This record gives sequence, C-alpha cells and structure tokens, in this order.
Amino acid sequence: MTIGLGHYLAVAATLFTIGILGIFLNRKNIIVILMSIELILLAVNINLVAFSTFLGDIVGQVFALLVLTVAAAEAAIGLAVLVVYFRNRGSIAVEDVNLMKG
Amino acid sequence: MILPALFFYLFAGVCVASAVMVIVSRNPVHSVLYLILAFVNASGLFVLMGAEFLGMMLIVVYVGAVAVLFLFVIMMLDVDFTELREGFIEYLPIGLVIGGIFLAELLLVAGGWVMSPGTTKSITAAIPANVSNTEALGLVLYTKYIHYFQIAGMVLLVAMIGAIVLTLRHKAKVKRQDINVQNARTPELAMAVRKVAPGQGLQDSDAAEWVK
Repeated sequence: MTIGLGHYLAVAATLFTIGILGIFLNRKNIIVILMSIELILLAVNINLVAFSTFLGDIVGQVFALLVLTVAAAEAAIGLAVLVVYFRNRGSIAVEDVNLMKG
Repeated sequence: MILPALFFYLFAGVCVASAVMVIVSRNPVHSVLYLILAFVNASGLFVLMGAEFLGMMLIVVYVGAVAVLFLFVIMMLDVDFTELREGFIEYLPIGLVIGGIFLAELLLVAGGWVMSPGTTKSITAAIPANVSNTEALGLVLYTKYIHYFQIAGMVLLVAMIGAIVLTLRHKAKVKRQDINVQNARTPELAMAVRKVAPGQGLQDSDAAEWVK
C-alpha cells in the first residue's frame, strides 16, 4: 500500500472541485467565494509539490512558493475591496454589484 | 511502510472533509475555522511529501495571516449571513452536476496519464541528497530563480500598498498634523498679551481673539 503520485493528484483534484462547487453554491456570499478560491490555489499547490517530489525536481516547490504569495496577495486585496464595498453599500451581496452595467 | 499511508489517508480525508465543510457551513466564521483545518492538514500532506519548508510556510502564511484576515473582515462587517445563503438549494443541482463532471474529468486525467520516458532526464534542478528541504529550496531560489523571488516580493508590496490605499479613509473630523501650518505659526499669531483688570478676569467678549 504505497502512496504514489496518483493519490496526491486525486486529493488535489477533489479539493479543486470542491472549490469550484463552493463558488457555485455560495453565489451571494463573496467571503466564501474568496475562501473557495483559496481552496483552488491550495489544490494547485498540492499538484506542484507532488510533481516536484515524485520527479525529484525542486523547481516545482519554487513555483508553489509564488502561488502561495499570489494567494496571500489576492486574499488581502479581495478583502480590502470587500471592506470598501461594504462601506459604500452597506451590504456584501454579490448580486447587487451591478453599478457599472456594461 | 504502513504508517505513511495511514497518515496520508488521515490528512487527505480530513483535508477534503473540512474543505466540504468550508463551502456548506452556515456560519462564515465556521467556514474560516474549517479552512484553517484544511490548510493544516494540507501542510501535513506537504510534510509527508518531503516539502517541509512549504508545509510550515502554509501554516505561517495561511493560518497565521490569511485566515486571521478573513476572521477580522467577517467579524468587522455587520452582515446578515442567513440572507446571503439564499439560493444555496437553488444552485445545488447545477453545482453538483458541474462539479461531478469536473471531478470525473480530473480523476480520469489523473488516473490515465503516463510519464514520457524522457521526463526524468529533463528536470531543471534535481533535489540534492543529504541536504534539508529548506536548504535545497534556498540553493535554487536565491541563485537561479532570484528574479522570480523578487517578483514575488513585488507582488506582496503591490498588494500591501493596494490594500492600504483602498481601505484608508480621511474622516473630516479627525485632526491631523499639518507640518506647514505648524511651521508658519509665529509667537505673534499664537500669543496675545492682555491686561486683565483685577477681580474681573478675561471677558467672554474677548473669546474670539483668544481662540485665534
């Protein structure tokens, strides 16, 4: 019962799907949407690290580090935008975000 | 040999289960706590794979910073979260269908691929033996990928400045220091010498002058 690359890829695929599903299910709650995006980026990281380990190539972990950075930056900016939006509108319902109808 | 497998299934199972709880729990605070659990277990998976540095980094960055940021925002905003959950059931069927198709495709890809024989020869920087993971990562990160590393720093800097600029607001009533006004202030502007008649003190009619 040895754990191979496929096992880690399966976990990552499941996490990715849960992230996608979270975006679908919580259409109105942008905080949970942001958390779902974090889950998706975590799945990407697991993929990168799994390939890095099983191919014996450290560069995958360097890439995973950048994904981690981008995820943190995205969360910070997203929540800042959310706070500003809440100040202006008094609500965070995503469906009301139609001031700039294209 | 059985122990790593057991820990893999433990970490993977708890990670996936708490990820499910993130998206279905009613209270966003619980969502954040489950997100923390998911990240801790993912870092366990990283350690199992031998990427200790990234595993610890995951805890420091996500649990220490991102999740706390989420908690701060959730508790700071006065939002009725039950109202935001409307439509959950409505979107459940389509979400499950799309998620199922997506998962099936991903698992087919993950289960059906084979590595081409030349892949192991074309690796860029092999993981050196007898060196800890952190040192191995540092050996390539600060030499070959130094620009990459600096771009990551720039991303963080831009995000930091952006978040500050977005959320900073100037309230009208808050008194702020104005260096120019302070430097332009002279004794003549700031002080006035008055003769005060004994037993009377300053009169209210002089008030306009002493405020100046």
